[in-house]
Amino acid sequence: MNIHKIADHLNSLADNSETGMVFDCQPISGEVDVLQITVIDREELPIFVSVTDDQILCITYLWGVEEVKPDCLQDMHVSMLEMNIPMPLSSFSKIGDKYVIFGALSINSSFHDIEHELGVLNSNAMEIIDDMGEYLI
Amino acid sequence: MSIFKKIMTAIRGGASEVGESIVDSNATRIFEQEIRDSENHLTKAKRDLTGVMAQQMSSSREVDRLKREVVEHEGYAVQALEKGDETLALAVAEKISTLENDLASQQQALDSFSGSANRLKELVKKSERQVGEYKRQLSMVKTTESVQKATSAITDNFSSSNSKLLNAKDSLERIKAKQQKFDDQMKAAEVLESENSDNSLAAQLKQAGIGGTDNSANSVLDRLKAKQK
Repeated sequence: MNIHKIADHLNSLADNSETGMVFDCQPISGEVDVLQITVIDREELPIFVSVTDDQILCITYLWGVEEVKPDCLQDMHVSMLEMNIPMPLSSFSKIGDKYVIFGALSINSSFHDIEHELGVLNSNAMEIIDDMGEYLI
Repeated sequence: MSIFKKIMTAIRGGASEVGESIVDSNATRIFEQEIRDSENHLTKAKRDLTGVMAQQMSSSREVDRLKREVVEHEGYAVQALEKGDETLALAVAEKISTLENDLASQQQALDSFSGSANRLKELVKKSERQVGEYKRQLSMVKTTESVQKATSAITDNFSSSNSKLLNAKDSLERIKAKQQKFDDQMKAAEVLESENSDNSLAAQLKQAGIGGTDNSANSVLDRLKAKQK
C-alpha cells in the first residue's frame, strides 16, 4: 500500500463512497510522501495520510497549544485520556505544539478499511472540536 | 535505555525539529541488519528442527519395531523350551539379547533426538519473540521519524501555499455553516418540489374540466357565435 494507490482509489470513488463522503486527494511532496485528503464541505479539517513500513497513519490536526485556555490544559488532557478508548478507531496525540487525532492501520488494510477509517476520523474530529470547545479560547 | 524511553526523552527534549533524529540513521541500519541476521538464524533453526524431528520419528518407529521383535522372539524361546529344544531356545535367546542391545542404543538415540528437538523448539520460539520485539522497536523509531518528516512536509506545503490551518473553532463554524447552507438548499428544493406537484394537480383538474376555464379558440368562437344571435 502507498499513498498513490490510496489517492487513486479515493478519487475513483467520486460519489460512490460507502461513507457518504466525497474525498479529494492532494499529494504533498517532501522527505516522506504525504497525502492531504479533504472531505468535500469539510475542507477545514484535512486528513494527512502517510505510509511507513508496517502501518498507514491518518492524522487530523485539532488545535494548537496556544488555542487552549491556560487554566483548562490539565482538564483537557484528562478528558482526552478518558475519551481515548470510547472514541472509535481514533486516538489523541500531540505533534510538536499541535494536538491531533490519528488512526493507525496495518499496511495490509483493504481500501474499504481505509475509507472507513477516514470517514470516522473526520467525524470524530468534528465532534471533538464541538464538545471540547469549552477548553478553547 | 529502552527504545520507548529514548523516543520519549528525545521528544520531550524538543527533538521534534526536523533533522534531529531520534536514533542516528547509522544505528537504524545496524538495527535492521541485526533483524535480518536474527531472521536468517531463525530460518536455519527451523530447518534444523525439521531435520531433527524427522530423525526423531524414524528413531521412534525403529524402537517400536525392536520392542515388537523382542516380544515376538520371547514367545519363540518359550515355545522352544516347551518342546524341550534347549539349543534352539539358546539360539533365540542370543537373538533376543542382540535385539535388546539394539533397542537400548536406539532408545538412547531417540532420547537424544527428542531432547534436541525440544531445545530447538524453545530456541525457535525465543528467536521469534526476539525478532518480533526488534521489529516493534524499529517500527517505533521509524514511525516517529516519519511523522516528523511528514509534519515538516505539511508545514512547508501550508507556508508555500500561503494558507494556514485555521483555528479549530473557526473551522468548525465554517463547516457547520456549509452544512446549514446545504440543509437550507435541501429544504428549499423540497418546497419547490411540493409547489411543482401542486401545479401538476391543477393541470389534472383542468384536464378533468374542474376549476379554472380555458380560453381556447373553440370557446372564443362559441362566445362570438352567441353574440351574433
